[in-house]
Amino acid sequence: MTGTAIRLRQCAKTFQGGQTALSPIDLDVRPGETLVFLGPSGCGKTTTLRLIAGLETPDAGGRILFGDDDVTDVPIEKRGVGMVFQSYALFSNLDVAGNVAYGLKVRGMPKAERATRVAEMLELMHLQDFADRSIHALSGGQRQRVALARALAARPRILLLDEPLAALDAQLREQLRVDIDRLLRTLHITAIYVTHDQAEAMALGDRIVVMENGRIAQIGTPQDIYQRPANAFVAGFIGNLNRFDVLAHEQGRARVAGGWLPWNDTSATVLCCRPEHLEIVHANGALQGQVLGQFFQGAHTRVLVDIGNGRQLLVDSRDDRLRQRGDLIEMNVTGPLFALAA
Amino acid sequence: MKRTGLFTLQLAFTLLVCAFMLVPIVLSVMAGLTRNYFQGIESGLTFDWVIQVWTAYAPTVWLSLQLALACALCCVVIGVPAAYALVRLDNRLSRAVEELLVLPVAMPGFATALALLLTYGHYSGFRSSAGFILVGHVLFTLPFLVRPVMAVMQRSHLPVLEEAAASLGAGPARRFFGIVVPNARAGILAGTLMVITLSLGEFNLTWMLHTPLTKTLPVGLADSYASARLEVGSAYTLIFLMLIVPLLVALQVVSNRLSRGALR
Repeated sequence: MTGTAIRLRQCAKTFQGGQTALSPIDLDVRPGETLVFLGPSGCGKTTTLRLIAGLETPDAGGRILFGDDDVTDVPIEKRGVGMVFQSYALFSNLDVAGNVAYGLKVRGMPKAERATRVAEMLELMHLQDFADRSIHALSGGQRQRVALARALAARPRILLLDEPLAALDAQLREQLRVDIDRLLRTLHITAIYVTHDQAEAMALGDRIVVMENGRIAQIGTPQDIYQRPANAFVAGFIGNLNRFDVLAHEQGRARVAGGWLPWNDTSATVLCCRPEHLEIVHANGALQGQVLGQFFQGAHTRVLVDIGNGRQLLVDSRDDRLRQRGDLIEMNVTGPLFALAA
Repeated sequence: MKRTGLFTLQLAFTLLVCAFMLVPIVLSVMAGLTRNYFQGIESGLTFDWVIQVWTAYAPTVWLSLQLALACALCCVVIGVPAAYALVRLDNRLSRAVEELLVLPVAMPGFATALALLLTYGHYSGFRSSAGFILVGHVLFTLPFLVRPVMAVMQRSHLPVLEEAAASLGAGPARRFFGIVVPNARAGILAGTLMVITLSLGEFNLTWMLHTPLTKTLPVGLADSYASARLEVGSAYTLIFLMLIVPLLVALQVVSNRLSRGALR
């Protein structure tokens, strides 16, 4: 399969009753890319997916293009999209093979060819032993693999996944995420993946679209978004973040609660850094604070530090020293600091 | 296990209630099988009355069965798409329609029948056909099909299933017959059995709508109670019970399996 580009032009969505789900957005999805829509519930990510699917129509003026075809007025059944839903949406009146064959049957594929394709899809999803099973006899993870096989069987131009892992427990989720990743890499199909889980987004996305209140807050690679968040919302939504209010600027330094940070630009009012970019040092640290608690998390230990002014820091420490509540510690910034608009 | 006095009391009460309900049925059945009811069971048992009823009223039994099946068919053809539309629309209008559907059940059957007579009575061909009764029965039984079908549709995530089918290329008609109907089959089955049962026993409407040539089982029953010997009426009841009890049992089995989710 070669990927199809998707272009959204001035696509907005207002629901009955005047509620704006999506402000006009422009978006280019590259052929073969996995694009993840990430955001809290109600941010417009599912609406955007449904616009691309053809389950919703954009407000007047919005256009949706698959490659060079304008599909704005094409109903979903003629768009050639594969969809995977959070609730699996399998047809319980059909067995596993029947579900996978459904789209092929609808398109009038001859029986022999259909059987070959179904077998091929089941094998791809490691489901070859389940062909005759009833849907009710499957676990959640197996159901979602059937749903993936069904969505991909008719070789869609675009694969749309709407929170496909949200209904699964943690271990299965991880497993299936790896399966989906492998699938998307091998098939080179253009895929849109909607999730509210930032870890999922970072692991799967070639690029991530962070959405907030019906708008695109930032588009970028996972690295871009993690290391250079465009605003406070993106920074807060992805990973943990320490925020420092700048109290004063002085000789290339910014005074903050608990000490100083190296910063030249005197216009900054809020500085941020990630917990793993703070290091606990024995002496001459830029920041001082008092330990509030320490939580062992396996690869690192998360230390909660009070730096005064009601501000608390999260520090991910790699050493395994035991600290007590009330211990005074000093810290240095070892990774990127960035300024955010307050 | 030691049983308390309260348990004994409850058991006695339950048995009393059962007896209160069942004894009349047993008596009625016995009356239909007794040679002479006024002399009592000592006069001997006989199938004569049953045979006599069958020779006189067999057409009413056949007509009732045909009507019940036709009624079920009409209800499915009208009711399943209606239930689907009501579930899909789910707005103020659809809820009003849902309430209106129940109106013929709430209204006295005579009133519905009178309205039908006033409106369509002068189409004499229609008036004198069994189709006239059929219309009454469909009006009366339709909500008993629509309700369970709607219930099943509402809890089977139908909208998402349809979206999935649409994404796989299925148009509206294909989705309805290939996805919606099979996934609502449990509700359709339960509703159909209910409709057949109700149609077989319907009297109020039918009594007003029937002609001497379109007499159903319950109308014949009333006839025989009013004009013939008590034994004949009772034998008639026996025939009716033999028709309706297996249906009620089937209904119970289906609803049991429904509640266990086996048919979903």
